[in-house]
Amino acid sequence: MATINVNGVDRQFDGDPDTPLLWFVRDQLDLNGTKYGCGTGLCGACTVHVDGVAVRGCLATVADADGKSVTTIEGLSEDGDHPVQVAWRDQNVPQCGFCQSGQIMQAAALLAANPNPTDQEILDEMQGNICRCGCYQRIVTAVRQASTGA
Amino acid sequence: MLQYLNKHHAISPLPQAGRAIIENVSRRSFLKGTTGLVVAMQLVPFDTAAAFDSYPTNGLNMPNGVVNDPHVFVAIDPDGTVTIVAHRSEMGTGSRTSLPMIIADEMEADWDRVKIVQAPGDEPKYGNQDTDGSRSLRHHIQPAREIGAAARRMLEQAAAEKWGVGVDEVVANNHQVVHKTLGNRLGYGDLAEAAMAMDTPARDDLDFKDESEFRYIGKGNVQITDLHDITTGKAVYGADVKLPGMLYAVVARPPVVGGTVKSVDDAAALAVPGVQRIEMIPGTGLGAKFKPKGGVAVIADSTWAALKGRNALEIEWDDGEHGSFNTADYRKELSASANAPGKSVRSQGDTEGALANAAKVLSYEYYQPHLAHAPMEPPAALANVAGGKCEVWAPVQSPYGTRVDVADYLGMDEKDVVINVTLLGGGFGRKSKCDFAIEAAYLSQQVGAPVMVQWTREDDIQHSFYHTTSVEKIDVGLDADNKVVAWRHRSAAPSFLSTFVPDEGFEHEIEIGMGLENLPYDIANISAEQCKAMAHTRVGWYRSVSNIPRAFAVQSATAEVANELGRDQKDFLLEMIGPARILDWQASGLPQKFWNQYEPYEEFPFDTGRLSGVIELAADRAGWGKSLPAGEGLGIAGHRSFVSYIAMVVHAKVEDDGTVRVPRVDVAIDCGFVANPERVRSQMQGACVFGMTAAMLSGITFENGRVVESNFHDYEMVRADNFPEVVHTHIVPHPFSVHATGVGEPGVPPFLPALSNAIFNATGKRIRDLPVGDQLKA
Repeated sequence: MATINVNGVDRQFDGDPDTPLLWFVRDQLDLNGTKYGCGTGLCGACTVHVDGVAVRGCLATVADADGKSVTTIEGLSEDGDHPVQVAWRDQNVPQCGFCQSGQIMQAAALLAANPNPTDQEILDEMQGNICRCGCYQRIVTAVRQASTGA
Repeated sequence: MLQYLNKHHAISPLPQAGRAIIENVSRRSFLKGTTGLVVAMQLVPFDTAAAFDSYPTNGLNMPNGVVNDPHVFVAIDPDGTVTIVAHRSEMGTGSRTSLPMIIADEMEADWDRVKIVQAPGDEPKYGNQDTDGSRSLRHHIQPAREIGAAARRMLEQAAAEKWGVGVDEVVANNHQVVHKTLGNRLGYGDLAEAAMAMDTPARDDLDFKDESEFRYIGKGNVQITDLHDITTGKAVYGADVKLPGMLYAVVARPPVVGGTVKSVDDAAALAVPGVQRIEMIPGTGLGAKFKPKGGVAVIADSTWAALKGRNALEIEWDDGEHGSFNTADYRKELSASANAPGKSVRSQGDTEGALANAAKVLSYEYYQPHLAHAPMEPPAALANVAGGKCEVWAPVQSPYGTRVDVADYLGMDEKDVVINVTLLGGGFGRKSKCDFAIEAAYLSQQVGAPVMVQWTREDDIQHSFYHTTSVEKIDVGLDADNKVVAWRHRSAAPSFLSTFVPDEGFEHEIEIGMGLENLPYDIANISAEQCKAMAHTRVGWYRSVSNIPRAFAVQSATAEVANELGRDQKDFLLEMIGPARILDWQASGLPQKFWNQYEPYEEFPFDTGRLSGVIELAADRAGWGKSLPAGEGLGIAGHRSFVSYIAMVVHAKVEDDGTVRVPRVDVAIDCGFVANPERVRSQMQGACVFGMTAAMLSGITFENGRVVESNFHDYEMVRADNFPEVVHTHIVPHPFSVHATGVGEPGVPPFLPALSNAIFNATGKRIRDLPVGDQLKA
């Protein structure tokens, strides 16, 4: 039996401990904001925070997260007003939107660890999150906005 | 796209807006309580054809045409909330916002009080819903204005009746109707019931807002309706709908198209905790339209259990006739085919004679492999077949086509099938093909429970409907004065027709019309030929379709000839296009009219002046001709597709290790009237990224009929560490009278040759084979 605090609520799971966090939050908790994109840690659509660190939910398992705190996009802020979320809206970042939960979680973790990243640090940190629609120009601008609050 | 194959120029019966009734929508929970839809209404049959006399597009000829009745699209609550139906699928272009925005503006509704609901697949009610071909705004901008103008008229009429005054004494203004002199006001909510009970006004009674009165149209001040939901994880895509008792399925599909299961050992799969059962899906070969490829489905109580179960299956496949398909050999076949005479699709002047007599013939051959769309959301669908009904939730581009196909596959009546459209996590043409929705419906029918089918990324890349692969051969004849006297373009590319009918190895008019038959050059002798190419995999359309290899070939060859002659590439390109004129298909040696995205040619002619115009604009804004450091270069290309004219100047920087960076792109777009410039800009930024992926990275390789690539490690995407850094979009302004044309697709084709030309100007290395891959690596 694993116990994981998800978005502030303790959740128990007695299924397969190898279950990736992605499928645990989606199928068991109906937290559907975390997306499946590749299943192999290559696209970042499933990015969640485990004890504040951005991880790929398709690779991290329930066992890995046992006893830890997981934050999904649904738990990033009360009303969707995390500075990264606000910046995403201000910059009209999304097109189809599917990858954006992962992008936002990645950016939020980046800024939590490094509140004023250089442009190069932004690019390096965000390169693991693919956007097939090609919103990168606005993603970078939005991260920059969120970092400065400008 | 498919409808073209069915109708083939036949004019569909006129849409019957008057037939639209309320049951389908009012049964949808999201509309419960909206006044306009709970009030039964008498609709007069609406003469849609007449309504479009002033703005003719091919929208009217699409299956089920266009509907422009506010009773179908608009509902108003007593609290004033205006609910507008979005009937086209949203895959990132923004049409789910832009079309309702146009309705809202024209009806003087306050956007902050507008709610958008998504229509299920029901074309007899809503008109054509097939979302591809870059036509949502092109076909629906005018109908949207008519819906808005009619709704506004009904509200004004209702207020006038309440006040006992003439309708000409009142005017709608920002969610209220106001008496012009007395100043009385009634909110839209107060007028809702009376207004929505009215007949739709006659088209002649409608008046449209002057462009100067637009609040939202053309302004770019309206954000996409799903923005907040997307940024908070609440937006609903294909895999995000949950039903009680639902099961999760993944499918092991035959690795070779047309392959079948020889034997399967499912004992280990069934032993995986959570796996409930195994179901066979019947197999199909080429020409099966969007029917599933077949295979073995593992059905479980969670996605993870289904995935583990599928890994535990032991399957032996019989590969069938396409088991020897190899990309390396096939490329040689295409090349041989394109280097011999093919079927003429255009013969202007005497190209063979001119080439034979030319002082010099320059020959170039270009290649592009098959490509997979790879939307970030792999195909996924939920279906529930119960009580003689089938309900599906799926991210499909053609919801009504899906409804027809699901009903057909299940042996059900179409009226018993409901297709609910979720957001699409990218489409790019992949989700025009509803095989995944059929799989879910079939499996639900078999197991008697709701079933979610989830495709993995490997499934998506290995079982797609692939963008065609092609060899484009171009021969250019020069006379003794180095004047271009002949241009011959031979193309060998398997056709998407093979997905629908027995393959004959030749293309459909749509594919021929995408840059093969319509070279806009002012050259005396032009010929275009299509050369035989048999399909060995499922071929489907991919964002921009055949325009990609055609624009790459033509715009690369043009720059190559310019270099050969020591000419400036932009000047030479403009000289090839020649004076501003409307291309004349009869003088161009075509057996029939240019394929013109099926738009009426008189309304959407090929105007070479507009093409030259965007080339000059992009060149000007990019500072064409400026000197750049070694290893850097500008490249230019222009192409008309989806009846829009786009030119790009790409600035490429090639580093010592061969890494290509793109610090800047200048895009000039002439797409007629622009309803939402903010989304045009986002589409152009996206098109550059999409184009860069296709140019630099993408290629699907077949070995023994199987796709070699499987995930983003070997089917790579442009990422945030190297993307077109700054895309400047320059929009040619037009009044509403200049038809709105495509935006979603036409940005991609010019990017590839513009980048390739830039790479050449940076390095002297000419790219003729896509993708660039390691070709520039030391």
